[in-house]
Amino acid sequence: MIRIPTNTALLRKILVAFIGNEVRKTGLSRIVVGLSGGVDSALSAMLAAEALGPKNVLGILMPYKTSNPDSQTHAEMVVQKSGIESLMVGITAQIDAYFERFPDADARRRGNKMARERMTILYDHSARWNALVIGTSNKTELLLGYGTLHGDMASAINPLGDLYKTQVWALAEAAGVPAVIVGKEPSADLWLGQTDEGELGFTYREVDQLLYLMVDQRYTKPELITAGFPERFVDDVAQRIMNSQFKRRLPVIAKVSQRTIDRDFRYSRDWGK
Amino acid sequence: MSIRIAIAQINPKLGDLRANLELYEENIVRAAEQGAELLTFPELSLTGYFLRDTVPSVALTMKSVEIAKLKTLSRNLPFIAGMVEESADHRFFNAAVYFEAGEVRHVHRKVYLPTYGMFDEQRYFARGDRVRAFDTKFGRLALLICEDLWHPSTIYLAALDGALAVICPSASPLRGIVDEQNQDDNARYWEMINRAYAETYSLFMIYGNRCGFEDGVGFWGGSEIVDPFGQRIAKGKYYEEDFLVAEIALESVRRKRTMSPLLRDEDLDLTINELMRIRERPAVSATAAKKLNGSKVQRIKAAKKAKR
Repeated sequence: MIRIPTNTALLRKILVAFIGNEVRKTGLSRIVVGLSGGVDSALSAMLAAEALGPKNVLGILMPYKTSNPDSQTHAEMVVQKSGIESLMVGITAQIDAYFERFPDADARRRGNKMARERMTILYDHSARWNALVIGTSNKTELLLGYGTLHGDMASAINPLGDLYKTQVWALAEAAGVPAVIVGKEPSADLWLGQTDEGELGFTYREVDQLLYLMVDQRYTKPELITAGFPERFVDDVAQRIMNSQFKRRLPVIAKVSQRTIDRDFRYSRDWGK
Repeated sequence: MSIRIAIAQINPKLGDLRANLELYEENIVRAAEQGAELLTFPELSLTGYFLRDTVPSVALTMKSVEIAKLKTLSRNLPFIAGMVEESADHRFFNAAVYFEAGEVRHVHRKVYLPTYGMFDEQRYFARGDRVRAFDTKFGRLALLICEDLWHPSTIYLAALDGALAVICPSASPLRGIVDEQNQDDNARYWEMINRAYAETYSLFMIYGNRCGFEDGVGFWGGSEIVDPFGQRIAKGKYYEEDFLVAEIALESVRRKRTMSPLLRDEDLDLTINELMRIRERPAVSATAAKKLNGSKVQRIKAAKKAKR
């Protein structure tokens, strides 16, 4: 059993400092977060509340008519527990209106559309409320490409992007996310009965150990196999990382000038801040 | 002789010289109020760290108005500034500059510019080509910047050149979470070498690190002063701003060197002769490299076997 170091007290301290620092330097002091009822958004919301004060955090619930009713209950538990502000903005009307024109759309298209609809709502309210959108994608999802580009992957700052899912669970527990949320099976809740692990074909615990050795510790393929991972699993995960690289980068720009954005025009995002 | 030393563990604004100059001024006033006689600022704290293409716009030549201003500020209190220094032939250096009595008394240009992992310094900066101790009103000191100290040759040279204290302005990023520690893995490593260097070379290590975040990268703070006996005599907070003031007694360098005269016994000629020989030799032989690559897999196999 490979142990991924998860010093929850230290992580919490660093991530709270990160949120406070990165938000305030933009001249703002507020955060908007989409509350799905899952552990990632619950943790982001609670860390933001700790960093900026609960009254400076707005959790938005955006259910669709087929969303699991538990999701809303759990999101409300987070609001209750953390004392943050909250708002309910359903997405059924606009999603259904859109797909009336494209009734043959499959579950994936519908799921992506919902994720992007939610993104537009978060960004609209961030403008209304002078706030930044906080991200909830963890390192496991980002590496596997298990997220919707310009949907749930969109944010201004992301405290969880360098934490594997198993680390998110541990930190969520330590930070006081209700146990029922930490303990439930992860789901994007885009269609009935969907679970992350069912869709991916492996468990987060398995893949996190593999990713930790492959990415963080730079184990080679023979080393991973020696460490006990089946070759097919190693290949599958390596392929997923490579195939989803586009989701972790800005759009590709055709270079024609001497100085092209992000290639030879290089500035930090916090430039001047 | 005792010196009252202050370390400003600050969080500068990235690429905003004016704001950071104000921050310097505030800290210089604060140090004076607290009776400090020497103040150190972190690496590139006049400009911020992840400068990338802003390097030429925040660079200072020795003739710039900002340098004149810093000189004036040093009239009553000597200090070390971390900045981008531009040479007459327009090379940009990651520099630590010692100001004393209204003058620039020493400039150290960072020698080891990390360009691996998260770092990209050599893309933007020219490399310094010397390590020198220098005389101050307090005695002989040396400046080394952050990564310089990860190369033991730099502190070896500084010690042999007579430094009684090494001052290290740093912009060290937090990385590597380790269980059961109240600091990250990088902080742990720094604390280990600061202590080891102080004891090994019988001198004071004065380590000034910054805090804050740039593009999600945090700096771990934790500035410290370690005496020649390896005792930590001041420690800054981790991950947040702080201001340290502590007294260092330079006599303890004498006491330590009397008890263990390691530097006196150092054989310079031997070192120079061996280095000249090593310089002529090919780096690592092909067979040795092969052996090295195989060993990691062997170790994993052995560990698995042992578990069964």
